Amino acid sequence: MAQTGLIRALLRAGTLIALLLAMCGVTWAQVANVNVDKEFAEQMALMKAKPNGPADKPWEQWFDANLKDTSSYAKKGPYHLCFSNAGLGNAWRVTGWITMQAEVELDKDKIASFDHADGQSNDNKQISDIQSFINGGKCDALIVSPNTSAALTPVVEQACKHMPVVTFDRSVNTPCPVTAVRSIGGYAWGAAGAQFIVKNIPKGGKVLVLRTAPGIDVFETRWTAADKIFKDAGVDVVGNEFVGGDRAKTKAIVTDYITRIGQIDAVWVDLGTVSVAAAEAFQDMGMPYPVITGEDEQDYLQAWQKDGFKGFASTYPAYQWRTAVQATLKILEGKPVPAPEWILPQPVITKDNLAKFVNAKLSPLHFSMCGCEDMPGFPERWGGKK
Amino acid sequence: MRQVLKAMPALPLLIALLALMVYMSPFYRTVPGLMIFLQRAAPLVVLACGTSFVLIAGGFDLSLGSLITLVAIAGAMITQGDAALTAPAVAAVFAIGLVVGTVNGIVVAYVKVPSIITTLGTLLSVQGIAMAWSGGAPSSTLPENFRYLGRGRIHDVPVLGSLPVSVIVLVLVWAMTHWLLHRTNFGSMVFMLGDNPKAALLAGVPTRRVRVACFVISSLTAVIAGLLLGGYSGVSVDVGGDYALQAIAAAVIGGIVLLGGRGTIAGAASGALALYALFTVLNLFGVSEPVRLAVQGLILIAAAAFTARR
Repeated sequence: MAQTGLIRALLRAGTLIALLLAMCGVTWAQVANVNVDKEFAEQMALMKAKPNGPADKPWEQWFDANLKDTSSYAKKGPYHLCFSNAGLGNAWRVTGWITMQAEVELDKDKIASFDHADGQSNDNKQISDIQSFINGGKCDALIVSPNTSAALTPVVEQACKHMPVVTFDRSVNTPCPVTAVRSIGGYAWGAAGAQFIVKNIPKGGKVLVLRTAPGIDVFETRWTAADKIFKDAGVDVVGNEFVGGDRAKTKAIVTDYITRIGQIDAVWVDLGTVSVAAAEAFQDMGMPYPVITGEDEQDYLQAWQKDGFKGFASTYPAYQWRTAVQATLKILEGKPVPAPEWILPQPVITKDNLAKFVNAKLSPLHFSMCGCEDMPGFPERWGGKK
Repeated sequence: MRQVLKAMPALPLLIALLALMVYMSPFYRTVPGLMIFLQRAAPLVVLACGTSFVLIAGGFDLSLGSLITLVAIAGAMITQGDAALTAPAVAAVFAIGLVVGTVNGIVVAYVKVPSIITTLGTLLSVQGIAMAWSGGAPSSTLPENFRYLGRGRIHDVPVLGSLPVSVIVLVLVWAMTHWLLHRTNFGSMVFMLGDNPKAALLAGVPTRRVRVACFVISSLTAVIAGLLLGGYSGVSVDVGGDYALQAIAAAVIGGIVLLGGRGTIAGAASGALALYALFTVLNLFGVSEPVRLAVQGLILIAAAAFTARR
């Protein structure tokens, strides 16, 4: 037994060292490429700015009025669109993918065919997917949701030589795509929840921070922003734990913190998946709920409405999957599009607009900022009940 | 007193750790606090009780952790969050447990592959199935009624206030495994098998069938532990991963001899409670995860040495 325990401990230590090494690499890369303060300030400004376009259709809105002339890409329809997806590895991507297919159906008079390839969260698979789209010669335009930026850059550059390219979600390190669709960004995401916490807890209150994993760009930006807000406000961060998006681990860790520290004033998360598990920990311990931030997943919104804790959802809108299709069609029709980036608004859900997004008929892992409520087949198509 | 200590050598350690726990945290001075302690320890206790059969019969079952993962994932994949599908899902996970246990037992008893290799193989296969089935991330959740065993509470119980259902499951599994091991003919055959397989065979014990039954019992308690753990905290792709080794550690602390032939269910259960109390105390000290692992390892070695010396 002693032996197995030792082996396990050694294995853990090895993993830890590997993780630390990986972390160092990533942090360096970030410091070299990105000016944190500048991006933070830009994103905070965008959260307050008024976007262009129809207010009731945020997926058609954009910030910064620079429109790019795309008449050189104009073609006669109907079009053959091709889509290289990074993968369907999480619930957000599933919601987005269904929304995207619904958008394609809405535009069926303009779209002759819509070919898609699932990269299965694997760079090599996605690179070969894009290469076969190029070699097939059938695509009028290519939509890419890159698995990782650096690895996909060369093949996207290659595709740009043959057809207009639109990226969304993550982007690539080249300006060759006609436009890159995204929402405001991670700093704004993290700051919004942190600001809500600061406003709703006593001065110097205790906050537990639950993070997903170190060294992943999207999560690092969210925490960098929240950390800044917490430091400026003098909040007492009692714990900063990596839970890997795992609900079971989250509940155990939050329960441990409650038994150790007693009442906690707020829980800030960098991923909405774990919010409900955090809430459950307080519920099962018979403690009053703290402020718990989250995302636009149904299970969190429903728990927030039902259990009445103070909630706040930052969103990473799944409606950008619609925007990508609309942008591509505009380009093929030669209509101007926001470029080089199509920055979409990034709404937040507060208690004032919560009712609009809660829908008990939807599946627990449905992301509500999908812009899909008015699409045909809602909500059954998204896994909901009639 | 001496007899109690003989059956439960972990008892002094358990009492000391509980005292420390209660001293350190006002929360554990309350009845609800202790109930939550028992609720969280329940999966480990259940598992230690079940795996004791395999250990006493002179084997190892390393596949338990991945079976727990598979139970939680199967529950989510089959029900897809729909409460109406809970009954078939529960039946399905017990069937899975039965199959895994039988395969382990047959390979060990009839094909004569050492149990540590067999169950290591099962561990990997079951883990692979769980990963493939869920696609690496669970895409649905468990319905409320599926989570009843792990999370449910019975309210308005005299003295206790509210009683977690897990605690009832813990007591039932403890009682049933105790009866099976210490009060039945089958139980004595398990001891004979672990003590001296050849002698047991000569004495007319159907050793192969007894061995298969031990693995089946072990797997079925893993299914129960999976229901408790998944119920308590929800689906996750690596829920339960550490549990096989923890259960074996708990059994050792509880006085079960690793090469078989000696041990009690009360010992295994108290060993599991002591181990969980240790985790809780380390947490109350605010010990970080790596240090916690190191301290845990040292205490395990000490406990095993202590048991061996007795």
